[in-house]
Amino acid sequence: MSGSIVGLRGILAVLVFLFAGMVVTPAVQPLAQNATNVEGNSSQQEFWQKVRRGQTGNVSIPDTKAGQLIQSEGEEFRALRNGPVTVYGAQALIASILLLAVFFILRGRVRISHGPAGTRVERFNGIERFGHWLLAVSFIVLGLTGLNVLYGRYVLLPILGPDAFAFITYWGKYLHNHVAFAFMLGVVWVFVCWIKDNFPSRTDIRWFREGGGIIGSKHPPAKKFNAGQKIIFWLVFLAGVSISLTGISLLFPFQFPMFAKTFAFLNMFGFDLQTQLTPMQEMQYAQLWHTIVSVFMIVVIVAHIYIGSIGMEGAFDAMGSGEVDLNWAKEHHALWVEKLDREGTLHTVAEKATGETRAQPAE
Amino acid sequence: MARMKFLCDAERCIECNACVTACKNEHEVPWGVNRRRVVTIKDGDPGERSISVACMHCSDAPCMAVCPVDCFYQTDQGVVLHNKDLCIGCGYCFYACPFGAPQFPQVGNFGSRGKMDKCTFCAGGPEDDHSDNEFKKYGRNRLAEGKLPLCAEMCATKALLAGDGDQVADIYRERVIARGFGSGAWGWGRAYPGSGS
Repeated sequence: MSGSIVGLRGILAVLVFLFAGMVVTPAVQPLAQNATNVEGNSSQQEFWQKVRRGQTGNVSIPDTKAGQLIQSEGEEFRALRNGPVTVYGAQALIASILLLAVFFILRGRVRISHGPAGTRVERFNGIERFGHWLLAVSFIVLGLTGLNVLYGRYVLLPILGPDAFAFITYWGKYLHNHVAFAFMLGVVWVFVCWIKDNFPSRTDIRWFREGGGIIGSKHPPAKKFNAGQKIIFWLVFLAGVSISLTGISLLFPFQFPMFAKTFAFLNMFGFDLQTQLTPMQEMQYAQLWHTIVSVFMIVVIVAHIYIGSIGMEGAFDAMGSGEVDLNWAKEHHALWVEKLDREGTLHTVAEKATGETRAQPAE
Repeated sequence: MARMKFLCDAERCIECNACVTACKNEHEVPWGVNRRRVVTIKDGDPGERSISVACMHCSDAPCMAVCPVDCFYQTDQGVVLHNKDLCIGCGYCFYACPFGAPQFPQVGNFGSRGKMDKCTFCAGGPEDDHSDNEFKKYGRNRLAEGKLPLCAEMCATKALLAGDGDQVADIYRERVIARGFGSGAWGWGRAYPGSGS
């Protein structure tokens, strides 16, 4: 029974084949001008179009990535890197420095309104300051060597000449690649130290409404960190992690692809990003994103350095000696001082020094 | 002045890899570095085609554009060369190149890729012609000897053509007319925009 069905099917198949052959043959005829009968012109256009769009073939060398004949993404990489990234990055850097200069001329240094009290309180202990300076110094080294890779060709090369410029860029690259690990440690360090003081709170709303007191002489109250500092904290953490991860994928080429996964994750929030990326595209995205986020953070940190040094009287002490003037603390971090007072931990540095030598009464 | 170009005729390339071997031998290219490679599309299937590809010496070369130390230069014959003494091994040229031409002698952890190496169109580098340094860093300078790239000279089926772009285009055009079809001069649209092929 089943045999006869198979037989019937076989006959049908042969008939269909013959019929199809009769119909198709005349249509094929004009294309057969090609005497060698090589699969030629009819399929060529589609074939080369696929190659042009990055189709991968086989190679007899171990590197299978070499099987891609042409990758147009490289040109997007070039266009983005040499175009918007370089141009907007430079504009942002120059604009931020100019704006701060104008601000300094107009507003001047933020003084301690009541003048220094003379008594000092500890604001950041040694562990906190070590973390901050580990992060700060590594960031400056990475920032300068990184900017050199992006802009050195236009700025330093004409001044230094090719040999000296290549020499410092070569060693700058090695510095960049190794100091990176100090930076990563610094990001984790400050995160652990200060996360508990950086959750948003209601006082932040008032701080924002009053513009942080930067215009005029009012000082909205703040806890250990004001809303502006909290923004810096979270930016440093998020951007620091992002720069670190893309940096790792640049340090170990093709070992840590992460953009396809990131794009797939973002697509859950309504984005429409490519989730099939070649190893080369992963590297290109890593390089571009690393640069964009880094330039953005340099702009943010330039402002941070400004307000922590020449921009505000008494601010540098917090990270310098770790001890700030009491009046500065009361003006800028009133709620923090009140809290210390309430808890009975508001000791001036002088009191502390004498307190430590005095024997503690037994409880 | 001649404008040097490569052209690989996909209808003739038989994937023998003689060009690859010739290049490696002529320039004593180290292990892991392949200045030229043969890619086979649809390998083993009907309509299979092979293409020998190396640096195409682009008119507007992306590698030159993205290099942070500006170590590339283009000769008056259109050959794109680079200075290994200046190269910092960052790999940006490799990310930008459409043809995957730049090669690195090391795997690249911690940025230790070594100096970039690529096809020189058998034209050496910035060192003195025929000097030991030139040979060690860049390989043979056949152009200075009045010879053309060895890969193309060795090609048994004359699939790979190298030389003055106009002459290469003329040879290919004759072939296309004789055959009645052609795949177009592969890669020319990208490497030499406006060259008309």
